[in-house]
Amino acid sequence: MNTADFSFCYNGQALGLDGLPLLSPASFRMAVLRAVAEGARISALFGMPEEHPGVKAPGGAAGQGAIRLVAVLACDAEAQLAVATTLAGTSYEALTPECPQACWFEREINEQWNVLPEGHPWLKPIRFHRPYAANQPEHKPCIGVTDFFRVGGPEIHEVAVGPVHAGIIEPGHFRFQCHGEEVKHLEISLGYQHRGIEQALAGGPDTRTMHYMETLAGDTTVGHSLAYCQAMEALAGCRVSPRSLALRGIALELERAANHAGDLGALAGDVGFLPTAAYCGRIRGDFLNMTALLCGSRFGRTMIRPGGVSFDCEEQRAAELLSRLKKAARDSAGAVNLLWETPSVMARFENTGAVARGTAEDLGLVGPAARACGLVRDARYNFPSGIFRFAQIPVATEAAGDVFARAYVRWLELQRSLEFIENQIQRMPSGDSAAELKAPAADSLAVSLVEGWRGEICHVAVTDSRGRFIRYKIVDPSFHNWFGLAIAMRNQQISDFPLCNKSFNLSYCGHDL
Amino acid sequence: MLKILFASARQGYQTSAYPKADPPLPDRFRGLPVIDRTHCTSGCRLCIDACPAAALSGGAVLDLGRCLFCGACERVCPSGTIKFSQDYRLSTGKREHLVMGNETLALAAALDKKSRSLFGRSLKLRQVSAGGCNACEADTNVLSTVGWDLGRFGIQFVASPRHADGLLITGPVSNNMLSALKKTYDAVAWPKLVIAVGACAVSGGLYRGLPDVNNGADQVLPVDLYVPGCPPHPLTILDGLLRLLGKI
Repeated sequence: MNTADFSFCYNGQALGLDGLPLLSPASFRMAVLRAVAEGARISALFGMPEEHPGVKAPGGAAGQGAIRLVAVLACDAEAQLAVATTLAGTSYEALTPECPQACWFEREINEQWNVLPEGHPWLKPIRFHRPYAANQPEHKPCIGVTDFFRVGGPEIHEVAVGPVHAGIIEPGHFRFQCHGEEVKHLEISLGYQHRGIEQALAGGPDTRTMHYMETLAGDTTVGHSLAYCQAMEALAGCRVSPRSLALRGIALELERAANHAGDLGALAGDVGFLPTAAYCGRIRGDFLNMTALLCGSRFGRTMIRPGGVSFDCEEQRAAELLSRLKKAARDSAGAVNLLWETPSVMARFENTGAVARGTAEDLGLVGPAARACGLVRDARYNFPSGIFRFAQIPVATEAAGDVFARAYVRWLELQRSLEFIENQIQRMPSGDSAAELKAPAADSLAVSLVEGWRGEICHVAVTDSRGRFIRYKIVDPSFHNWFGLAIAMRNQQISDFPLCNKSFNLSYCGHDL
Repeated sequence: MLKILFASARQGYQTSAYPKADPPLPDRFRGLPVIDRTHCTSGCRLCIDACPAAALSGGAVLDLGRCLFCGACERVCPSGTIKFSQDYRLSTGKREHLVMGNETLALAAALDKKSRSLFGRSLKLRQVSAGGCNACEADTNVLSTVGWDLGRFGIQFVASPRHADGLLITGPVSNNMLSALKKTYDAVAWPKLVIAVGACAVSGGLYRGLPDVNNGADQVLPVDLYVPGCPPHPLTILDGLLRLLGKI
């Protein structure tokens, strides 16, 4: 990695826009490719309208639709984030052929800004919406109407599933190319949940901004709220009180515990093992109710606000939380350990939907899906912010990369989250739980990473000369991982799809925004 | 097998006693707002400006169908006009009933006798998420767990619209789900019910007015039950369903 090509920052640190290196498209490409080859990951890669007067896009006039590409790379080993930018013009040479993890990002850039990544191997809409760029030709894409990858041959058949699925679940479209029972390839086509959040955020922050964050992905309310607040605090230069940091950590880990417990139950349900399915469905609710004990909402709505938290946890409440936590820990151990002791469950979990470690690295997977392939990739450990600077949670990994590994990583994390919450309650720092927040700094860029229960949440806030968002980029962990699910299904039986899908349990709305 | 039996004994009986007894709600739970306009100052716009969902209009008239239950109005109001209570019963049969003027909230009435004879003992619903954030979906899903055991009321979520008596819709109805939602509705046999769950499905909620959404289910389909909240508590959803069936 050539350090002159990048600006470096820590998680939750703001950079001045003027200081960001503006590379030529060719050197931007080389810089990102080289850094990724040396072990960095793409946390975010996006376009934004160029507002700086006097800066000219190649072949375009100043201020007339010039799009600046921003790459945010995570250097896990150095705990640093590297930011590079370039002006793209109407096209640039795609990164994807040499760097598969750029694939969905470049499709997104193309769809949002009509900038063509030349040589992209599978360029097609990702959310099926009109382009953001104001002066671009209007085209009305039709959801799901696009080319799908097809496997040829007289014995190949195609199975199309969705957008509306059987069960209470969000919509998405899946195309399987099958040879008998065996899936040769799965193509995942999303966008059904697109609400236009990123566009609605431009020009903010305002009274709605925080609520958009809380409803980006309802099951990750705390994760996304926290990522937003960290970004705002970086832009405003605000220090959050230790008590608030502890309470935020508790809320984040409760969210993880609830979702991991729910997933373990659902995995049990998908292999027809009903005891754990029944117990965990209820235990998940116990964790949600603990979050409601803190803030009144089972999903942590209104809990986290820029500068701190909205609700304190007085002594009596902490004691109640602790006693419920201990009971839930016992209940989950009793429910979940049945899975590992039941041969019929293990026979279905093991060697199903395996992703090789190298593949996970190439695709830039995050969260439990990456850790199940043996990758030590956890923002709480690699890019500690907030309470995780003071209280570390060991990273849980497994080697096999299959459904079992993804399930077992969840179980390890659930236990460690509960231990962490218990420690935090017992050692809760005193002091205020809220702080006044100043206005966000002008002409700045802040990167905020949070390890949500699905994996790395990346928010990038870019402000204009008045401190308003020119661009607020959100990368839900699902955006990295959907392609991982497609790869996990290769050479699997199509009947294993529900199980594989649940073992990733990715967000549709978090992806579609 | 023995281990499973032991585990089952340790987990115990977990189904809520509702509707015989109300399960405890957390003290910070924000339910039905109680509006007392005695001290509300005319010309004061604090609550209106603080509301992220444009749910409030002059004189503290609150549209419960848009409300996110975030409590921002309660916090900024200097005269204590709006206070969120612990009352979880929020569902109405008509959209206009959710606009809270001076009268008390008219909770949903039971279906007519003929519909009740059709659906009262067995109601099968197909859930469609049309731009929902997965919170309403999750708290609807939870009703089928052992904690709530929705099946004891004769209500069940089914996998096909062909098996369903109605739709339960969440989300503001994104443009990209419009056609799929209509097709799912068409696939349900007559007579059929439509239930809108959550601020988004009731009114568009926070997403109302964005170009990529359609401001709620009733912009597209006739709605029989509105369940406000962001998301509604499982108890609020269950209360609405049981009211519709005339069971409470």
